[in-house]
Amino acid sequence: MQQTDSTRSGPLREEPALTLIHAAKTFGPVVALADGTIEILPGEIHALVGENGAGKSTLVKILAGLHRPDSGDFRVAGESVQFRSVGDSKEAKISVIYQEPTLFPDLSVAENIFIGRQPKGRFGLISRSAMVKEAARLFERLGVPIDPTRIAEGLSIADQQIIEIAKAISLDAKVLVMDEPTAALSGVEVDRLFAVARSLREKGTGILFISHRFEEVFELCDRITVMRDGRYIATHQTVDVTVEEIVKEMVGRDIGALFPKTEAEIGGVVLEVEQLSRAGVFKDISFQVRSGEIVALAGLVGAGRTEVARAVFGIDPYDAGAITFEGRRLKARDPQASITAGMGFVPEDRRKQGLVMELSVARNVTLTLRNKFTTAGLINGAAERRAAKHWSERLHVKTGSLEHPVSTLSGGNQQKVVLAKWLATEPRLLIIDEPTRGIDVGTKSEVHRLISELAGRGIAILMISSELPEVLGMADKVLVMREGQITAELNRADANPESIMHAATSTAGGTP
Amino acid sequence: MSSALDSRKAPTRQPVSRGWAATASVLRLRELPVLIALSVLVIVTYLINPLFLSAQGVKDLLLNATIIMILAVGQTLLIVTRNIDLSVGSILGLVAFGTGSIFAAMPNIPIIAVFGIGMAFGVVLGAVNGILVTVAKVPALVITLGTLYVFRGLNNAWAGGKQYFAGDRPDAFGGLSVDTFLGFPIITLVAVVVVIAVALYMSGTRAGRDLYAIGSDPEAAKAFGIKVSKRVLLAFLANGALAGLAGVLYASRFNSVGATTGTGMELTVIAAAVVGGVAIFGGSGSVTGAALGALLLTTITSSLTAVRVDKFWQQAIVGILILAAIIIDRLASLRTAKKLRISEARNV
Repeated sequence: MQQTDSTRSGPLREEPALTLIHAAKTFGPVVALADGTIEILPGEIHALVGENGAGKSTLVKILAGLHRPDSGDFRVAGESVQFRSVGDSKEAKISVIYQEPTLFPDLSVAENIFIGRQPKGRFGLISRSAMVKEAARLFERLGVPIDPTRIAEGLSIADQQIIEIAKAISLDAKVLVMDEPTAALSGVEVDRLFAVARSLREKGTGILFISHRFEEVFELCDRITVMRDGRYIATHQTVDVTVEEIVKEMVGRDIGALFPKTEAEIGGVVLEVEQLSRAGVFKDISFQVRSGEIVALAGLVGAGRTEVARAVFGIDPYDAGAITFEGRRLKARDPQASITAGMGFVPEDRRKQGLVMELSVARNVTLTLRNKFTTAGLINGAAERRAAKHWSERLHVKTGSLEHPVSTLSGGNQQKVVLAKWLATEPRLLIIDEPTRGIDVGTKSEVHRLISELAGRGIAILMISSELPEVLGMADKVLVMREGQITAELNRADANPESIMHAATSTAGGTP
Repeated sequence: MSSALDSRKAPTRQPVSRGWAATASVLRLRELPVLIALSVLVIVTYLINPLFLSAQGVKDLLLNATIIMILAVGQTLLIVTRNIDLSVGSILGLVAFGTGSIFAAMPNIPIIAVFGIGMAFGVVLGAVNGILVTVAKVPALVITLGTLYVFRGLNNAWAGGKQYFAGDRPDAFGGLSVDTFLGFPIITLVAVVVVIAVALYMSGTRAGRDLYAIGSDPEAAKAFGIKVSKRVLLAFLANGALAGLAGVLYASRFNSVGATTGTGMELTVIAAAVVGGVAIFGGSGSVTGAALGALLLTTITSSLTAVRVDKFWQQAIVGILILAAIIIDRLASLRTAKKLRISEARNV
């Protein structure tokens, strides 16, 4: 690993607008940020890059005053600071713009910019005309035609971001943090945003720019800081590095040993998806999953992976394309038909979608096959318990009693209950969204072994995962998605951290 | 700013001409439909029965609207912040009966002092609601549904079968709702002052604008650093004070006050606000609109009587008005949503 110069600066050695050194933040046992280090100079655009879960958003929340770091040194314009609230951060002239800004939808654009500090006119009352004039002046400066008198509801994300920037300018922000501002923008809008960012840089504002798109980072930013697993890795001058070097730093870690994959015999095609499209969400998605095969959908959060899975299972609609399951065309928008056909879906959010937390373990396991145990509309309790016992034992669910509510189990065991619930329906295809999110390391490998075993028994598995080691360790085939499209289809042999990250972050689908 | 930026002005959106913008902003006024409905109602009724707009007729219309108007103004303060007060009828009842009791015990007390005591009593009752809502963090709908019954129960226990009548009060006090100034009943002028004062507060002060921000997106308001609890508590206190004022005026205007005074009034008040364009989920609407809504609701009742429509139809018509107000509101927001979709589709 490259040890680099956090202290090194741009050509002029001036007082940094903001420095955060060795900041740590834990939530109970979870370490969200182990070493958050960043230095932003006045008049620079500084990129912060890292995988999902690298700790970027925790760092941003510290800058925004939403989280207080447990330790570390935090300085603004050379002065040590401790933010207790968002207000403190604002007072220190830091403005944060989130991917999806939170404006007040019922208030006018001008009022959204000046809320809480509206200009006053006669009799100490708010002067609407002064407010509108000032907002119009800001928009003119930014070169954007937004009507200050209209209400914020219905504005595009791009315009909402511009309004946040206008707010930051009127607050005289010295540091502007933009958390993935381009994720929801079109090409023209990105150009407009960049022009605004550059002009702010000329005026001496320090900008922290968070993005997954390397073209943008290399086009716009002066320096790049890389984070991985909650830690600061390195800071580079953009001109000194290549995309490949940055990607290597983002993913560089040991992969493989943790997830022993048992080889399964790969059989015939179980699921075939052809040219599946949904306007604005995903486009031309085609792939196959064979029996005994684990196919991973990799990519960044927001790339459209979950949306594809939900459409395949019939939860969400799609505009065009076809889904064939075991040779038969599957009905769109009908999860019940998908279940009957032999599909299972383990959602990402267990608490909200996978389990009924208040119900017993047994009830949850048998929830999907109630009809089997029902005579004349009444559930046969004994048969239900037998089935629950059978599947819970097979999956080693650790619970005091099957009658305990599911909410009393650990995250890993809850996930096993969800898996048990679907296995009880004896599916031929299982879609698993983020199988190990929020699960401790020990149980993680148990869940992995379980998935591997299921594949070994001939079940086709479509797994969505944002964790590269998991993807590389488990998958027979990796589909990489970026902005609603599959940008690479990699065999086990070709899949490596670089090839996946590259396909996930840049427009060109190839490997470096 | 750099010249590169200036050349970027998008060609598609032209600045709208000033005259058109002014017309458009009038058309967008949420109060406009109420104003139109009110005018149509008054004109049609007048054509059928010219007595409707006689001096006495107008005076009656205004007197009938006064108390609901003041309550609707207070209610608007709360609804705009995504809260509500169902207990206003009970607060009004307690204060009205209290007013009767004060005059019975101290016939020579200055009238202005009675107003002070009544409003202070209202503030105390409003504080009970406000503190429960902001400290216990239970939705206002539930809290004030509870206090509706608690306050009414207190009123029952206090009043028992007792009633105070107009004869028990000083003539000057009763005169407030009979005497006129420039043709307007004095208590109506009090209501107009209240409407203007609160309207200025809500549109012209930072604290007033915060109320709209809170109702528009409570989470964003908190994240933005607006003191949500403090503002909401103050709104409850103000609403209590106004309900107290309405209670004292009620005792002046009506012949008797007792255990059941003000029962069921909360629904009329909320209906007035909704009909007047106050969005029930907060964030938009004005006290002027709510006051006009109150005037419209009370005027409908009078005008239906004036044109001899069966009394039983009157409630149904009020109900239809509420539905119409909500449907208009819904259509407007659907139109905004459609615009959003179109503009996003262009960007993709």
